[in-house]
Amino acid sequence: MNRPIEKPGALDLPGIAAGRLAPESCALNFTDAHPPLNPLQALLEAERCYYCYNAPCIEACPTGIDIPHFIQRIAQDNVLGAAETILDANVLGGMCARVCPTENLCEGSCVRQTNESKPVEIGLLQRFATDAYFAAPSKPIFTRAAPSGRRIAVVGAGPAGLSAAHRLAALGHDVVVFEAHSKPGGLNEYGLARYKTPDGFAQREIEWLLSIGGIEIQCGKQLGRDITLSGLVEQYDAVFLGMGLAGVNSLGIAEQQLVGLQAAVDFIAELRQAKDLSAVPVGRRVVVIGGGMTAVDAAVQAKKLGAREVTMVYRRGAEAMSASAYEQQWAQINGVTIRHWAAPREILGSDGFVTGAVFAVTRDENGKLVETGETFTLEADMVLKAIGQSFVAEPLDLSLALEKGRIATDPSGQTSHQKIWAGGDCRAGGLDLTVEAVEHGKQAAIAIDAALRA
Amino acid sequence: MADLSSNFLGIKSPNPFWLASAPPTDKEYNVVRAFEAGWGGVVWKTLGEDPHVVNVSGPRYATLMGPDRRVQGLNNIELITDRSLAINLEEIARVKRNWPDRAVVVSLMVPCQEESWKRILPMVEDTGADGIELNFGCPHGMSERGMGAAVGQVPEYIEMVTRWCKQYSKMPVIVKLTPNITDIRFPARAAKAGGADAVSLINTINSIMGVDLDTMIMSPSTGGKGSHGGYCGPAVKPIALNMVAEIARDPQTAGLPISGIGGISTWRDAAEYIALGCGTVQVCTAAMVYGFRIVEDMISGLSNFMDQKGYASIADFQGSAVPTVSDWRYLNLKHIDKAVINQDLCIQCGRCHVACEDTSHQAITAFKDGQRHYEVKEEECVGCNLCVSICPVPSCITMKSLKPGEVDTRTGETVTGEYQNWTTHPNNPMREVTA
Repeated sequence: MNRPIEKPGALDLPGIAAGRLAPESCALNFTDAHPPLNPLQALLEAERCYYCYNAPCIEACPTGIDIPHFIQRIAQDNVLGAAETILDANVLGGMCARVCPTENLCEGSCVRQTNESKPVEIGLLQRFATDAYFAAPSKPIFTRAAPSGRRIAVVGAGPAGLSAAHRLAALGHDVVVFEAHSKPGGLNEYGLARYKTPDGFAQREIEWLLSIGGIEIQCGKQLGRDITLSGLVEQYDAVFLGMGLAGVNSLGIAEQQLVGLQAAVDFIAELRQAKDLSAVPVGRRVVVIGGGMTAVDAAVQAKKLGAREVTMVYRRGAEAMSASAYEQQWAQINGVTIRHWAAPREILGSDGFVTGAVFAVTRDENGKLVETGETFTLEADMVLKAIGQSFVAEPLDLSLALEKGRIATDPSGQTSHQKIWAGGDCRAGGLDLTVEAVEHGKQAAIAIDAALRA
Repeated sequence: MADLSSNFLGIKSPNPFWLASAPPTDKEYNVVRAFEAGWGGVVWKTLGEDPHVVNVSGPRYATLMGPDRRVQGLNNIELITDRSLAINLEEIARVKRNWPDRAVVVSLMVPCQEESWKRILPMVEDTGADGIELNFGCPHGMSERGMGAAVGQVPEYIEMVTRWCKQYSKMPVIVKLTPNITDIRFPARAAKAGGADAVSLINTINSIMGVDLDTMIMSPSTGGKGSHGGYCGPAVKPIALNMVAEIARDPQTAGLPISGIGGISTWRDAAEYIALGCGTVQVCTAAMVYGFRIVEDMISGLSNFMDQKGYASIADFQGSAVPTVSDWRYLNLKHIDKAVINQDLCIQCGRCHVACEDTSHQAITAFKDGQRHYEVKEEECVGCNLCVSICPVPSCITMKSLKPGEVDTRTGETVTGEYQNWTTHPNNPMREVTA
């Protein structure tokens, strides 16, 4: 592949600028990060599966996909059967195949990992099967049960809400999904690195999901602004809350209004929605504060847009980062510098623009993070905050019990209100993973169905 | 360094690796390439009477493949040589003249009439070839014309034709046997009775490779119609080994030289055939998959194996395993084996458990203290070796034999070290009772 020529000088434009790379360069940088397996590769990889009994990979999957079965079906040239196994357990199995931290989940527990430090590529196989199915769905996998006459409101068309809506529809209920954004998908549409899910996959997957029927999505409807929880409880037989986390955690230091100081999630969302990547502005020197997947997605994408220097700064060591080891490596091979053991002390600015950040060097003292007194300064014209998001409870006009700032539920997802369930990132005690959100939605739908039929 | 040279019926070759009578030995060009690559000998592709046969000009082969497209089995519907007898004889003479140190054996198949054999044998002898191999095994096409396997399936015909060949030729006669029979010992005995100097086996097995499920046509097919072919390759090796061993241990044929054929792809395969009594081995499929250069790897492996084991020559281990092949009734029913799982090597795939639980003797645990844990329950284990056979980790599960004095917890019986087989077992109503 010929390397597209970069715009002369554009890389070194000071401040925040669009078009640091030629459009072809940008397009190339944002193609599929992990190209799909071709049929022969899939067959060979499928054959590596030992078809374990009581397989550890199934236990490690939050949605409990029967992985040995779906892989065996790929090996037997039955991708429809494989897709059935996957999608029945995880209706967003296509997206999860792309974004799951498989090295921590199914692949991390694969016995091949134990034996030869090379697990079966379960994620890529799952993508192979679901891609093949979506490309030529020979028959519908799901059918709806007889109409129940019940109507259920779902707040948020992210992974949790879509999963709940789909299962509820399959169980015979009618579902209305209220989504604040102009498009459904939640983090699948707005919150993932563009190279993880190129070519509009998120919307194609949703289109397929909705083909089951019985689900109406109303976009631009925000809880607390356009609809109220009490209203939904009145008008519907049950409510599922899957609105995610609307708040961005602050750095805990003075944050002036400066051009260039922004939330990583906003940067990622802008990137995902951009029609022309070369029109997305990015700093020449970018600092990302945080150590999670969002930080990695922001940092790597900044680099791929043409930022000269991108530094991720995390207050603890590599092993404490919530980005998986694989994601950390991914950042590094893409040219991101990761600096551990440093906490933000001060954001520097001049004439309303960010010019850098001062960090305090930290260390672990008996499990407690302390500053050593040493500091350093990173010059930057863009500082992205990625130290987590928080649940914003204000839009709820009914009082729901919270736990550590998020909605408290029982294992089925039922909240302290008997007509309201919750799942995904807004539910307390989770892993903040897409795949877990899908499971929350599925389990809540089953619980709602049981409650309504009781 | 080990001496790999072979002297089979007085036919000398620098190594025991011969190419079997098949497409790779169809003509001078191929055989010269084979000799250049290092093959010890060839059995020239079967000659027949003029006018020569005609082959299909469509698929002659089909394969059974592993997922990585490694060939496990190959079948073919090719007939004997489709070139004139004169051209073949001319080439054979030239090749033998130019390669005097290599074995050149000529495979023959003519109708079951004395005249036919009487006519062709002197012509072959005139080429200077080292011997002949009688193709009584080809299971497709030619058998419909009363030749090949049609002869090999009738011991009386084998004996008759072999006798003609010994009568009208001074060349060593190898009889190539078909496996498409019920008991290989009968055709082998017939060959010996007819005066055969050796047998070679196995020829290919009747087979249909598969069905194209889109067109619902069997494969391989020629324009929409197929015919059963002869099956060979690694998948047939166990069948061939058994037949070789049966002949090697049959008192009526014991000592009859054997050239082993059937799925030999590695030095290890060859060594196994030799250990069961073969003096040479013949290879086809491996060459058809990898080309002639594969012989270099077989020679290297066999040579290193022999050096490691201290075998100076092929004869040093030829037939070594034959005495271990027995009838079931003589197996020691007092011998007790138990499976042992090495917990350090176990990767916890659980295959041993489910195999034993579903299909054997429920002798392997799945859990211990709520954790995945696979361990043999000796009190249930019959020593069947299924777990060893399906474990993906080499040497993770092994069999241990109970020593005299140890108790078999399954039966409660103490191992005595004595030998008792079925012939004297109390449960055998037909047991031999000593007076």
